[in-house]
Amino acid sequence: MGSQGGFYQSKEFLDLVKSIGEARSKAEEDRIVLNEIETLKRRISEPDIPKRKMKEYIIRLVYIEMLGHDASFGYIHAVKMTHDDSLLVKRTGYLAVTLFLNEDHDLIILIVNTIQKDLKSDNYLVVCAALNAVCKLINEETIPAVLPQVMELLAHPKEAVRKKAIMALHRFYQKSPSSVSHLVSNFRKRLCDNDPGVMGATLCPLFELIARDVNSYKDLVISFVSILKQVAERRLSKAYDYHQMPAPFIQIKLLKILALLGSGDKQASENMYTVVGDIFRKCDSSSNIGNAVLYECICCVSSIYPNPKLLESAADVISRFLKSDSHNLKYMGIDALGRLIKISPEIAEQHQLAVIDCLEDPDDTLKRKTFELLYKMTKSTNVEVIVDRMIDYMISINDNHYKTEIASRCVELAEQFAPSNQWFIQTMNRVFEHAGDLVNIKVAHNLMRLIAEGFGEDDDNADTKLRSSAVESYLRILGEPKLPSVFLQVICWVLGEYGTADGMFSASDITGKLCDVAEAYSNDETVKAYATTALMKIYAFEIAARRKVDMLPECQSLMEELLASHSTDLQQRAYELQAVIGLDAHAVACIMPSDASCEDIEVDRDLSFLNDYIQEAIEKGAQPYIPESERSGMLNISNFRNQDHHEASSHGLRFEAYELPKPAVQSRIPQTLIASTEIVPVPEPMYPRESYQTTMPSIPSDAGSAELKLRLEGVQKKWGRSTYTPATSTSNSTSQKTVNGTSQGDGASTVSSMRETYDSRKPQVEVSHEKQKLAASLFGGSSKTEKRPATGHKAAKASSHVVEKSHVPKSSLEVASEKAAPAQQPPDLLDLGEPTATSTALQLDPFKQLEGLLDATEVASAVNGAPAASRSPDIMALYADTAAGIHNKNDADLLSGLSNPSVTNMPGTTAMPQVTQSSSKGPNPKDSLEKDALVRQMGVNPSSQNPNLFKDLLG
Amino acid sequence: IHFVLLISRQGKVRLTKWYSTYSKKERSKVLRELSGVILTRGPRLCNFVEWRGLKVVYKRYASLYFCMCMDPDGNELEILEIIHHYVEVLDRYFGSVCELDLIYNFHKAYYILDEILISGELQESSKRTVVRSVAAQDSLVEAAKEETGSTISNIIALAAK
Repeated sequence: MGSQGGFYQSKEFLDLVKSIGEARSKAEEDRIVLNEIETLKRRISEPDIPKRKMKEYIIRLVYIEMLGHDASFGYIHAVKMTHDDSLLVKRTGYLAVTLFLNEDHDLIILIVNTIQKDLKSDNYLVVCAALNAVCKLINEETIPAVLPQVMELLAHPKEAVRKKAIMALHRFYQKSPSSVSHLVSNFRKRLCDNDPGVMGATLCPLFELIARDVNSYKDLVISFVSILKQVAERRLSKAYDYHQMPAPFIQIKLLKILALLGSGDKQASENMYTVVGDIFRKCDSSSNIGNAVLYECICCVSSIYPNPKLLESAADVISRFLKSDSHNLKYMGIDALGRLIKISPEIAEQHQLAVIDCLEDPDDTLKRKTFELLYKMTKSTNVEVIVDRMIDYMISINDNHYKTEIASRCVELAEQFAPSNQWFIQTMNRVFEHAGDLVNIKVAHNLMRLIAEGFGEDDDNADTKLRSSAVESYLRILGEPKLPSVFLQVICWVLGEYGTADGMFSASDITGKLCDVAEAYSNDETVKAYATTALMKIYAFEIAARRKVDMLPECQSLMEELLASHSTDLQQRAYELQAVIGLDAHAVACIMPSDASCEDIEVDRDLSFLNDYIQEAIEKGAQPYIPESERSGMLNISNFRNQDHHEASSHGLRFEAYELPKPAVQSRIPQTLIASTEIVPVPEPMYPRESYQTTMPSIPSDAGSAELKLRLEGVQKKWGRSTYTPATSTSNSTSQKTVNGTSQGDGASTVSSMRETYDSRKPQVEVSHEKQKLAASLFGGSSKTEKRPATGHKAAKASSHVVEKSHVPKSSLEVASEKAAPAQQPPDLLDLGEPTATSTALQLDPFKQLEGLLDATEVASAVNGAPAASRSPDIMALYADTAAGIHNKNDADLLSGLSNPSVTNMPGTTAMPQVTQSSSKGPNPKDSLEKDALVRQMGVNPSSQNPNLFKDLLG
Repeated sequence: IHFVLLISRQGKVRLTKWYSTYSKKERSKVLRELSGVILTRGPRLCNFVEWRGLKVVYKRYASLYFCMCMDPDGNELEILEIIHHYVEVLDRYFGSVCELDLIYNFHKAYYILDEILISGELQESSKRTVVRSVAAQDSLVEAAKEETGSTISNIIALAAK
């Protein structure tokens, strides 16, 4: 066989290959290839090309395609070639199409017919070529077209054909299990094929079948074991030997299958012990392939029901791997160690040195593998060192893909095993600082929650200390340039909540820093939003503490900028801030209670506190509320609605002319209001929930202010999105502000939107009540005691949420109900981030209704001709009343919750929580014994040479 | 196995075979990234690279890198030996194979690969069987050629009569 050039390659082709081989640069190569493509395009479509020439063209196309250029113009010619009678040409055609076409290519349909014909051919080589193409090209739709022929070929006299037929059937199974599910018994039959090649090929599909459904193949354990035994005893023909190993690839496949079958099945595993032990002994560990088989044995041993003797052999092999000079073997050793420590953690101990060596190795792959191992063996005793190492490594690499992975691992370990909160926060700070944009936003929320809720101990002092240390560290970190956005959000939030809490830093310090942040990261709206809200909180706390508030000049300029911001969210926050500053201490304390971020907020959905007021209004002759469904039949309103809906639904251009404004028929609306209704497009579509419409009838009567307000709304509707986001309420509140000028009305309306950020938790609380019920009914009372974690951190282990203790009963129930109904997302209690995302779900807050109420009172007073001055105290009183009402409601709920055993939100109330605590918490002799044992297992014994180095890492 | 690549030390592609579906863009990206990673790795490091959640096993023969990409839970040494198996078969077929053989007869390298791996699974682990079946195809091809040659000469002979 000529090694250079072929029999049938022209000089042209050789020249092409040569010139590409000599090309100095990629550009030169590209130029040559493009030239070639031009030539081929021209030549290939010439008529009457001799077959041999055509074949060469196709091979040249394959070459071009291989180099990464597009040769699609020639695909059709390759397809044509498969139709040829001569095997010589046909084979090239098949080769080309398998390389060119994906299984979903349009041209496949043109080949199916040929394949069908070829599968029936007398010449087995033709059949083989066709089967090769079948494996690559047949897709789900075309399986039925060739399936019967392939089935027939399973009994073909030639083993090469049977083998390929098996592989084709396997491919069908991968593509569409249902289409061949009735045929899987054929795989079992072929397992007994006389030819070892066919048997070996059959192991591939069987492996996959068993991986999907172990139980229906348990009966094959004996057969597999006996095959493996025969293979290991060299009963197969010499042709299958590979480097003096008897059929190692078949052995490996069999061991993989046995590992699946024996996993967690003592009886099946017992059948395997002898043969696996034999292989351990017989394997030649000097050759690569021998080691491959040994490695597979370890995998098998660590997967099946453990056997001490086999584990011992496995440990021996591992130590041989780790001591080897070959990096490959070290790598395999680390990997195998990771598998084995799940069963016998103590073996890690003997290999500490080797593991440390691998960690320091210049080889990146090996290092990563070692980190994977460390990740698996992390305990609360060694978490600090391991995570420290991981972060150091994370900082040193550039590969974002891996950085993300290792960052999330650090976070996971830190959440699970953190020895102290201080450490946890410091660790998270480092992770955020260096990979902040790569970690999940949830992690940031967890961190905020942890800081807010503290360690879960009843020790308030510790929590305060924690917070002030967090504040301190954040103030320091803010000095560094270029922090990731997520991290800044956390910082802003914490500074806002706790910046001034311990009195160490003055409000002007903190606000100054926050302004700096907003200025330095002016492109990041989320950060700016967080900073603004933080500023608001600081000022609110100052006001509530009855200190004098001086706004820094830079803060003032920031606010001015934000008030004119393009982002409605930022604008709203700025207005809220402005409004809050104008309020008195009492009101502010109610709106922004200090350190209350973890309190649940109750919302009275039925607005029952308004009942009296409504009653009164009705008695005075107001129209009762009519539900939307009943109203929609009415001509005039539906008219309006249609118009509104039209505008709302079509964001694109409107091509038909706008209707002339129709005079509204005033049947539905009180006489006094006609004037305004004509201009006011009934504002009701702005507020989607019915409950708001309780106050509906009185709103349009806001005649004085309506006109101006209306115009703003109109603008909003035309250009803004007509979804019901807080943006609408912003425009609403701002418009009111300009119109009313009364700070009270203003305050209340801003309160409403500001409150929204807090309220986002509310519906989830209700959901969790539902869940509690479900969980209680599913698991009974006992689930609670079992699931009750000892501390917040241990709770995180279960749900990966860090949960404060006062929430623990609930959260543990949440965990339970999560299991019961996995579709339901665990409520992220602290997710108070983007109000746009969250508050769309809840337009129901009492303050919004209050806003309507205020309007109503105003109007009422205006109608009554009462002096405007008398209004404000009324409103305030009303506001206070409702606020108090809410609080009362809250308390009442809590109290009623007490009678319900699943809710124990009140600290230290009944005996039950304490009982459950003592059963699972901390200084429990059994726990500590277990822990101690674990530590010993992992830990350093004096036997090791350099105990100091590893004490922290392994012990 | 997701794909098989042969890359020369200069980063030139010698053979590509894709068992999983990759678009043209992805393919060239894979090639670019992997040749960047693999060619820069020093000697005496291990032959495995973790890459996008998959593992790439590579082995260098003279100036040619053979790479196979596999699932993360596979047996790396086994893949390494499959590479070696392939190389041995190539060697047996070409008779002390060198890079030039593969450059000029890459289609034959494809045929041989097709006999060893089908849709990413090892189908035949006996070298002899592989070589025999490839040889059978070749001989048939030769026979067919001779046949056509002789019929043509027959026709010529007939025409000459």
